[in-house]
Amino acid sequence: MAIGLTHYLVIAAVLFAGGLFTMMTKRNAIGILIGVELVLNSANVNLVAFDRYLGPGRIDGQITAIFVIVLAAAEAALAVGICINVYKNLATVDVDRAAQLQG
Amino acid sequence: MMSVFANLSVCLSTLASEGSGVSDVPSAAAPGGLLEWLLFNLVAGGVVASVIGVCVTKNIVRMAVWLFVALGSVSLLYFMLAANFLAAIQLIVYAGGTLVLLIFGVMLTSKSPWVRWESRPIEIVAAAGVCVALAVGLCLLLVRTTWSSTEQLVPGAAMKTLGERLLTTYLVPFEVAGVLLMIVMVGAAHLARQEE
Repeated sequence: MAIGLTHYLVIAAVLFAGGLFTMMTKRNAIGILIGVELVLNSANVNLVAFDRYLGPGRIDGQITAIFVIVLAAAEAALAVGICINVYKNLATVDVDRAAQLQG
Repeated sequence: MMSVFANLSVCLSTLASEGSGVSDVPSAAAPGGLLEWLLFNLVAGGVVASVIGVCVTKNIVRMAVWLFVALGSVSLLYFMLAANFLAAIQLIVYAGGTLVLLIFGVMLTSKSPWVRWESRPIEIVAAAGVCVALAVGLCLLLVRTTWSSTEQLVPGAAMKTLGERLLTTYLVPFEVAGVLLMIVMVGAAHLARQEE
């Protein structure tokens, strides 16, 4: 059976759901960041799969995926900086304990 | 290093071209062949297994290792999709840069790598229900849609085209990404500075 566009999109959907579950259930802030990386990867797989299957010689999806990777790396760097600051102030990165702004 | 990836993709394509009889497939496994099916299922199994590993593990370091496997499997997917440059970028920047950054974050923000924080079971059940429903709904939707896709072998665009597009059509995002990276470097260095 030929591998079609749908196969890749299903993979991306599984990646997205897994990333969403990780973001929702992990209490470690770095764990939440790992979920964000999974979601961004699912978007990239979608971009490149449509790129390849919707016409010959298109690379716009690849270029967009490159920019997504750049943005993901930048956002991970800043988020880890924020986590380090939280650790300095609260001695933990448990997001359930970072409740000082709670009403 | 790029020649290693080019050789890998050429080897995969020449091995896979038995299915369609094409002998100089540029950069993709021949569609409809057995080898493409086998490769895709192996790589897809790797992706699904590593996603489940990330979701289920309670140890943060093991989660990072499963993420590494996920990123490597997605990079293999990109090789199969004839996006060689992107696959190399994924391995270098994502697996070799962002993941190492996350592990540094784990190192700097934990008293011990074996600390486990458990979520309440009701949260896990509710989140699992929502995510499984989302995944099943998306998959059903995707299977029932008819995409206007081409099943023919599309040759991957050359690196030359990618470079030209980056500097002509996509020049503004390219420059903005450069400025963004500079801002992020300054901001992250400021955020994580040592207090006196």
